[in-house]
Amino acid sequence: MNNIAGSNIIRFIILLLVQVVICNHINFFGYVNPYIYIIFIFLFPIREERLILLIVSFMLGLLVDVFSDSGGVHAAAAVSLAYIRPVLLKSSYGMLYEHQSIKFNSTDIGSLITYISLGTVIHHFIMFSLETFNITHILLVLKKTLFSSIFTIILSVLIIILFSRKRK
Amino acid sequence: MQQILNFVIKNKTFLLFLLLFSIALGLTIQSHSYHRSKFINSANALTGGVYGTVNSVDQYFHLKTENELLAEENKRLREQLLIREASLDSSFVDTTYAEGRYKITIAQVFKNSYSLPNNYLTLNKGKNDSIKQDFGVINSNGIIGIIDNTSKNYSTVLSILNRRSRINAKIKSSNHIGSLTWNGESPIYVQLEDVSQFAPIKVGDTIQTGGESTIFPKGIGIGTIDSFETDISGDTYIIEVKLFNDMTNLGTVYILENLDRAEILSLENDGNE
Repeated sequence: MNNIAGSNIIRFIILLLVQVVICNHINFFGYVNPYIYIIFIFLFPIREERLILLIVSFMLGLLVDVFSDSGGVHAAAAVSLAYIRPVLLKSSYGMLYEHQSIKFNSTDIGSLITYISLGTVIHHFIMFSLETFNITHILLVLKKTLFSSIFTIILSVLIIILFSRKRK
Repeated sequence: MQQILNFVIKNKTFLLFLLLFSIALGLTIQSHSYHRSKFINSANALTGGVYGTVNSVDQYFHLKTENELLAEENKRLREQLLIREASLDSSFVDTTYAEGRYKITIAQVFKNSYSLPNNYLTLNKGKNDSIKQDFGVINSNGIIGIIDNTSKNYSTVLSILNRRSRINAKIKSSNHIGSLTWNGESPIYVQLEDVSQFAPIKVGDTIQTGGESTIFPKGIGIGTIDSFETDISGDTYIIEVKLFNDMTNLGTVYILENLDRAEILSLENDGNE
């Protein structure tokens, strides 16, 4: 139990720092940035209380907001992602979720990619909509969501696979 | 009472989500109005510390370009000095230098952003260096933005690459004024709006600050005219301005304090009453 809490706290800090120090300044093609801090929400222990996940996600999002001067857009998107996470898990892992026996580093890659892709697209869409905050720029929002999502999904899946293998 | 409690306990996840989401939404809406991003901004000890550490490493990679910029500026200042000395010799006094009094503070950019719709910079000077809201920020190439929030040792700058930024500017060759805005698309171009149809406009003309605001002195460079089109209403031009400054690469900047600002503002307020 303590071990899990400790590794989550370390993951929280590392992902936050990597996000604000490196990933926020990549600006691929001028505007495409990956938002890898949501890996924390994806990998949060499933058996843990949902309320804790909501609060921790909110704090994570808010800290990213503080670093990037963006009001509350990351907090809002992160909380939404944390709230709908059970639905995503159920739709991509099916029965495994019902039995509460998912281990992210051992299940098949297909389910993992579905799970991360769905979550990332939803998170990015909420975030960019709030960031632009203008219904007439909906095309810009969709364009940003698409490109940033591709970037985030590839990076997230790579990071999760790489680090889970090492830990074993 | 029992039922209300039961309802709360049954839906506690949803209610907590709703609460947190509305807090975040509130902060977002607040940040979309000018000068209201009071709570969530990067002018605090935590973010300043992290960005400061990163910046001290990052600086080494930009030493060369930074040196070139400074050398160039030195050259220009020396030229101005020579011209001034020459004009003093011929007993001709150039009065434009006496127009406003400005105090200059040198600062380092700790965080720069240019890819969002609303961009802010973080500088390493704050209240302890008597930096306040609404001071102008420039570098050797031209204007950068206006101080938005300050903490003890840090301050955030509302960049000209921000959709809430509106800065008074004029065409150098004539005296026609407009307001400088940004449409959120390219960090190389900004837009000069509300320029009268009477203004003679040529592609390549210089745009500079107008001196009508109390923030920037007159004649700070902004950019050159790249293209222009008539507004939908047909009365004004919208000019596409190519910036002198490379907003994606900023190191040392100057913060300008107008020492006459309080006097001018109180005078204008008296007039309004």
